[in-house]
Amino acid sequence: MSLLEVRDLHVWFDLPHGSPVHAAAGVSFALDEGERFGLVGESGCGKTTTVLALMGLLPPTATLAGEVLVNGRSILAGGEDSVRAHRWTDVAMVFQGAMNALNPVKKVGWQIAEPMAFHGVARGAAARRRAGELLELVGIPAAAGERYPHEFSGGMRQRAAIAMALACQPKILLADEPTTALDVMVQAQILDLLTRLSSELGLALVLVTHDLPVVAQVCDRAAVMYAGEIVELGPMDALYHAPRHPYTRMLFAATPDLYGEGKVASIPGTPPRLDRDIAGCAFRPRCDSAFAPCAGEHPELSPVQPGHEAACHLTRQLAGEGSPA
Amino acid sequence: MTKAPLLEVENLTTQYPVRPGLTERLARRPRLWVHAVDGVSFSLARGEMLALVGESGCGKTSTAQTILRMVDPASGTIRLNGTDITALSQQQLRPLRRKLQMIYQDPYESLDPRFRVAAAIEEPMLVHGIGGSRAERRQLIIAALDRAGLSPAEQYLERYPHELSGGQRQRVTIAAALVLSPDLLLADEPVSMLDVSVRAGVLSLLDGLRRDGNMGILMITHDLSTAAHFADRIAVMYLGRIVEQGPAREVVRNPQHPYTKALLSVVPKPDPRQRSAPQILQGETPNPVDLPSGCRFHPRCPIAIDRCSAEDPPLREPAAATSAGHQAACLLA
Repeated sequence: MSLLEVRDLHVWFDLPHGSPVHAAAGVSFALDEGERFGLVGESGCGKTTTVLALMGLLPPTATLAGEVLVNGRSILAGGEDSVRAHRWTDVAMVFQGAMNALNPVKKVGWQIAEPMAFHGVARGAAARRRAGELLELVGIPAAAGERYPHEFSGGMRQRAAIAMALACQPKILLADEPTTALDVMVQAQILDLLTRLSSELGLALVLVTHDLPVVAQVCDRAAVMYAGEIVELGPMDALYHAPRHPYTRMLFAATPDLYGEGKVASIPGTPPRLDRDIAGCAFRPRCDSAFAPCAGEHPELSPVQPGHEAACHLTRQLAGEGSPA
Repeated sequence: MTKAPLLEVENLTTQYPVRPGLTERLARRPRLWVHAVDGVSFSLARGEMLALVGESGCGKTSTAQTILRMVDPASGTIRLNGTDITALSQQQLRPLRRKLQMIYQDPYESLDPRFRVAAAIEEPMLVHGIGGSRAERRQLIIAALDRAGLSPAEQYLERYPHELSGGQRQRVTIAAALVLSPDLLLADEPVSMLDVSVRAGVLSLLDGLRRDGNMGILMITHDLSTAAHFADRIAVMYLGRIVEQGPAREVVRNPQHPYTKALLSVVPKPDPRQRSAPQILQGETPNPVDLPSGCRFHPRCPIAIDRCSAEDPPLREPAAATSAGHQAACLLA
């Protein structure tokens, strides 16, 4: 049994006019204790929607289907009542821009201690002591808890946001673009911290980012999302060295590599609108390898290697050719 | 025959005053300054792309703003096509402005949401009195859109920015610069707001423009991988100074300044097998109001020796340089 299992998650957002947007369309993945998993894709591919769904924090305009299991127990089935028992204590999140969401008029230590009282983890002096320990854990002197957010640098604020997410000893940490607004040196410090936390505390980490190299450096496995779906999922090494979905391959080809000699090529076109049905493969209009079946039939995620799946007709065709007739 | 470079910057210094608080004013403390750019020298030829690389607060944007004279330099000279523009008044600068164009980071902010694409590109022409008639201007707009990779241009003329993707918007801002046929483009993080899949397209566009447009491009970026791929030369800035510069390949593959080495080591590589041990510098860049003595990198430098806190190293060719034009400001290089 996996620590976290997401089964066929669908999210639709209702719009005031027009048909709903299918932001996550059948997302499934699982992860174990201490594992680092990347969720990669461009803006609007559904990666943030997916992790917000895991936290039960989607807005009221969202409709949800599918299951999220933590240690085999479904956490979303009972709505807010069932998810509340898991939020922060089992599944915690560092939100996008969390470092800019600290309360400017409260001391940082107080802000880390507050949710502990709310969730009955610790209160009073014990909570303050634990807040100090958490700050030390993320590399900030405990005494800095007596300071205000504006006295912190960007990197320190992001560390404080991570400490806050760890306040109730979660098993799973969802980090949404945790280094996007940071400089490379500070980014390296934060990625190093997240890696250390996951191995030392056995935290399962879901790293949500548009930045493939960041995932490549931190995660063991990753899922590439496009138009609300996972189009490829597998070990990071396989995704880079033997990608099976053209989108994965083209995304890597669009990413400049410091020592790379090859040409960096953009992907033509734009992602499809998600408020209407997509016939066939959603990536077909931008794909450099599309062929006849791609227009009519929607490719399902299917295994290409143990632990490596891709949603592309090409892989099935290859598999078909490989097997004896 | 050697021509004068398109842009020559010598010993440029830009300072911003720190607004004193009540206690400072009452105590009549001396006025403090932020040393944003502190003795920067470089040159840029036509057809060349130079990347100015560094972390936030290193002075790269201030350098560009000073070249554009949006900020006045405290000292130093800026020469454009051999003409000193440092002391020109804003009025004297006006005719030169069309030769110096800036591409901003955020195409979601830099386009007026109420202007159609055609109007956004026509505006700078009206300001500079280019194109005699409406029809002539329209032709120029179409040509600029085509050059910026938005074709067929007619399809874009009447659109509003909200109808365009981020990459298309950035191409519109580039077209708005191109109608003025500038000599120098200053591109401040031109792709950092765009999706990964379209970044390469916008960068290739800039790359093509300087190759066949006889234009020089100064690109400001924090992304070393992008700089390594698209620029001819890289200048690495730290706390208002260029600490290392040279041909892009040389700086990336044979870095000599410890700051460049550290910066390169933390750039995430897309190949998971290349998980090198990043050399993470502790702390963050010191405050540019109160600069460290000697080499300004010495408090964070992993190889600093006693001399480093006393001597301010000049840019010079390092002993291990393997290409001409490679310079580093380190006593030990």
